[in-house]
Amino acid sequence: MLRFIVRRMLQAVLALFVLSVLLFAWLRSLPGGVVSALLGERGTPESQAALRAALGLDQPLPVQYWRFLQRAVQGDFGISNGVYRGQPALDVFTERFPATVELAIFAMVLALVFALPLGYLAARRRGGAFDTGSIVFSLVGVAVPVFFLAYVLKYIFAVQLGWLPPSGRQDVTINATHITNFYVLDGLLTREWDAAWDAFKHLILPAIALSSIPFAIIFRITRAAVIDVMDEDYVRTARAKGLRRQTIRLRHVMRNALIPVVTIIGLQIGALLAGAVLTEKVFAFTGIGQALALGFELRDYPVLQVLIMMAALIYIVVNLIVDVTYAIIDPRVRT
Amino acid sequence: MTALGDRKKERIDALAEAGSLSSDEGVSLWQSAWRRLRRDPVFLVGLAIITVFVIIAAIAPWIAPHDPSARLLIGQVSPATPIPPPQEGFPLGGDNAGRDTLSRLIVGSRQTLIVGVMATLGGLVGGMTLGTIAGGIGGWADSLVMRIVDVMLSIPSLLMAFSIAALFARPSQWTVIAAIAIIQVPIFARLLRGSMISQRHSDHVLAARALGVKPAAIVFRHMLPNSLGPVIVQGTLVLAVSIIDAAALSFLGLGSQDDSVPEWGQMLGRAQVFFNSYPEVAVYPAVCIIVVALGFTLMGESLREALDPKSRR
Repeated sequence: MLRFIVRRMLQAVLALFVLSVLLFAWLRSLPGGVVSALLGERGTPESQAALRAALGLDQPLPVQYWRFLQRAVQGDFGISNGVYRGQPALDVFTERFPATVELAIFAMVLALVFALPLGYLAARRRGGAFDTGSIVFSLVGVAVPVFFLAYVLKYIFAVQLGWLPPSGRQDVTINATHITNFYVLDGLLTREWDAAWDAFKHLILPAIALSSIPFAIIFRITRAAVIDVMDEDYVRTARAKGLRRQTIRLRHVMRNALIPVVTIIGLQIGALLAGAVLTEKVFAFTGIGQALALGFELRDYPVLQVLIMMAALIYIVVNLIVDVTYAIIDPRVRT
Repeated sequence: MTALGDRKKERIDALAEAGSLSSDEGVSLWQSAWRRLRRDPVFLVGLAIITVFVIIAAIAPWIAPHDPSARLLIGQVSPATPIPPPQEGFPLGGDNAGRDTLSRLIVGSRQTLIVGVMATLGGLVGGMTLGTIAGGIGGWADSLVMRIVDVMLSIPSLLMAFSIAALFARPSQWTVIAAIAIIQVPIFARLLRGSMISQRHSDHVLAARALGVKPAAIVFRHMLPNSLGPVIVQGTLVLAVSIIDAAALSFLGLGSQDDSVPEWGQMLGRAQVFFNSYPEVAVYPAVCIIVVALGFTLMGESLREALDPKSRR
């Protein structure tokens, strides 16, 4: 078990190393280069050369990479040159990260709450109208571009019906105290129920939009897994033993069907991060997704760099955790 | 009575299929798949959608009522009414540059089809090259290629597409195609390698080796053709994904900036400004994208089921 964990961790470190090399290459291949980005049109050949020397760009590549790595490890990814001009790029990440986590958790919970029971029911009534209907629904769900769904939800429930707020994380008139930057949690911690409720209302529409793809995928994985497990010998044995239906469903079918579902949740973190870029932009939800979208628009490379590196780090770490959890549940994968 | 008779026929068909399967796998795998697909409503619906889409794309310039880049309704565009309403000869109205929306949708099908097909082909060629090297040569080549593939897979794919597209100062249709193709490469590579490795010890490969067939010929004439099933399924699904992802890139301003060549993803991306006042401007291209993506998904899913040995029991 320990050997398995160590090996998976080494693989994760290797992936991060290769990623940092790629990012470094990316930074160097920026259109126009860093120097002209910083100096603009005003740069004379002399000032450009001076800046190049000051930034260490006249050094050999491996030296430059080493310096980049040293600074990155210390959290220095440069200063934003876009919307957050003057702010260290890492701060853009740390300030906005809780918002995205809050949104992603809420979206994942929504997806699970609907996908698990629906997947189970569809598998039980395999081939029936309910099964066919929910499969068609999930296929259409995947074909709808996430940002279009977000706009439709916003148009119907915020613009036309006015039930929910169209944008932001919290109403500007609410002057809430923030401890953790998870706004709903903050409201609960400080017992400002109005603030918590308002933050929650701001989460609903973006979370529904963001949950559409994970919902469809978890639904189909659950359905397939339940169908597989129901055919297994141990379920037949349990039935033959005369165990109560409830016991068979929970202890034998659902428990074993959940193994592939756990794996897919880990993989879906990446999809959630990408979906957040689109959803947060539509709802002006100030998370890292919105920062990434604005960064792409304005070519804010320091911000893009730190956000993509952090997103990949999160994704790799989550998958590492999923792999280890998986190895604990099912000893056969520890090879 | 007829239902009973049909069921019997089905059982005989199934038996016949099982029989032919054991006699000659290579051919009858596709034959039995086709036999199932022909009766599968999911596949037929998908096929119908895609056929209509391809026909429209092929004859687009001849059926479009107007020139898609002619600013015919420009006289009706003003700050107060940025979008010309539907009218005689312009059933879907115009866009904010006074161009006919219906014509742009019809002609846009071409560019959308090109983006989907080129991105898929790009991913397919790259992935098949890597997968064939890994699965065919094996050993150190396999380890090297698979490490690269693993790293590519360890980055969320759409995020990677965004980053690749952001590399280009002036995004175009080709940068969109390149970005989407690159994110598909590791998936195709892993898929092909997996199915090639599972054949390494199969009877027909062992037989070919015993007969003294050259290794390269074994890889290209025996292993590769028999590994294509899952690759084709994945390719169909990627067609759907690439059309949706192209729209996401346009939405972020990373798509083609060339307005004279209409494309659905670009039309949808440009429509975001008008969404709250003129939602129809976004709805038309969105519905086109959803229907076509659904068509490819339906075909891919039913193909997967038809070729899956587990469901063929």
